[in-house]
Amino acid sequence: MLNSSLSKKRKFYEAFMKVLMFISVGATAALTLFIIGYVFIKGFPNITLNLLLTSPSYLSENIGILPDILNTIYIVISTLIIVLPLGVGAAIYLTEYASNKKIVSIIEYATDILSGIPSIIYGLVGMLLFSNNMGTCLLAGSLTLVIMNLPTIMRTTQESLKTVPQSYREGAFGLGAGKWRVIRTVVLPSCIDGVITGCILSIGRILGESAALLYTAGFVHILNTQITALMSPGATLTVSLYLYAKERGEFGVAFAIAAILMILTIIINFAATSVQNYFSKRRSL
Amino acid sequence: MSNIITVKDMCLWYGDNQALKNINIEIPEKNITAFIGPSGCGKSTLLKTFNRMNDLVPDVKITGDIKYNENDIFSKEVDVNSLRKEIGMVFQKPNPFPMSIYDNVAYGPRTHGITNKVKLDEIVEQALRDAAIWDEVKDRLKKSALGMSGGQQQRLCIARALAVQPKVLLMDEPTSALDPISTSRIEELVMELKEKYTIVMVTHNMQQAVRVSNYTAFFLLGELVEFGKTDDIFSHPKDKRTEDYITGRFG
Repeated sequence: MLNSSLSKKRKFYEAFMKVLMFISVGATAALTLFIIGYVFIKGFPNITLNLLLTSPSYLSENIGILPDILNTIYIVISTLIIVLPLGVGAAIYLTEYASNKKIVSIIEYATDILSGIPSIIYGLVGMLLFSNNMGTCLLAGSLTLVIMNLPTIMRTTQESLKTVPQSYREGAFGLGAGKWRVIRTVVLPSCIDGVITGCILSIGRILGESAALLYTAGFVHILNTQITALMSPGATLTVSLYLYAKERGEFGVAFAIAAILMILTIIINFAATSVQNYFSKRRSL
Repeated sequence: MSNIITVKDMCLWYGDNQALKNINIEIPEKNITAFIGPSGCGKSTLLKTFNRMNDLVPDVKITGDIKYNENDIFSKEVDVNSLRKEIGMVFQKPNPFPMSIYDNVAYGPRTHGITNKVKLDEIVEQALRDAAIWDEVKDRLKKSALGMSGGQQQRLCIARALAVQPKVLLMDEPTSALDPISTSRIEELVMELKEKYTIVMVTHNMQQAVRVSNYTAFFLLGELVEFGKTDDIFSHPKDKRTEDYITGRFG
């Protein structure tokens, strides 16, 4: 009775499914660890101070990625400076002010589609819109990235605004606070962690972007000053990774860049989780 | 005795759904008026109209008028934020802001332009004393308000409302989310506050209306059925429907 053929079958079935899932998780973990390990093992020996702190020169055959590092920083900062106010502002308007819910849902739908478009299409549009007018330069690249990151920033901000309980808003309105004051002093502080997390993830996306920048920001490895940088063409880390690997066959340098990008990604993910932990702890003091 | 809020022939619709029908009522100053009635009878809706919290709900249409101290509250000249400073509100569920106890109470005064630290300290202390919670929180003013118990949170919300020195305090079922001990503390507090403030309180609990209020209004299906002294309403209701409700035949 207690050990019928049906229950045997079931036991076998259970064990079989368990093994299948074990194999999947093993393969996933092994692949991830293999890639991280492979990049680090190949990359770390090639990271030297000379590589990090010099510019490349065809005359001395020196290879350095300082300009690429700086270009990346310039692109990240200039993109964020433009995209944050735009995206957060749009999100605040759509969630807190807009009264026509139909138009809001159309805009949300459109931005959702926009965030799923392959980045090379953004590059194409950026080239026609920006590079053809202002020349291939970092600013054209970062404007392209602004369009690309706008949906992400806007939607993550919107989602965090929506998590703020309506009762907070009612409480503040009930005390005679105006709309903007309610948003600035109650709503935004309660969801700032979501906004910052969205922002950090955007930094990650900017760091990792190459396709959209190939068309718009160019391939130049020259060291610019902060002032002229935005109007000059320049390659970011990901773009020069492509260049060193594909056009110059310098795989050592490519892996060094890859390792640096990987470390940055780890730092960014770590920062995103610590921001969330910090704010959730501070709230429940 | 004078009336501080006067409602005349007021109707209110949520979209096509009429929630209040021809309401006429006068709220007496420095008294506690209780709104009773079954769920969905419109008592909370009427309460929220007094400080125009219904403005936040889309698709609300209101006809008739409401006067606060002889001023039409729907008039274009009325600044809704100043109106809400005069007519404060305490909600059904305690809703302290996710900030410190001090900042919660100081929120209102700061909103209305008080930045002087000494002055703020004074207002915060007075409001917390008036809400009978000062002794419990005076040592942890900088701690988050979310760490308090539900009953403490509700008294904090009362303190927060008192800090802007309103004339009227609207309370929307302020004890329905609380345990019996917290409830009786709030009831005692409300009876003390009557000396300084006009209180309008929505309640589901008829014993509470009897214990606390001086005047009672009974609502049913969007209509004001009966309004009068609490003692009269509960001992000699004039309307059959009121009698049925307070004797527990429906509700």
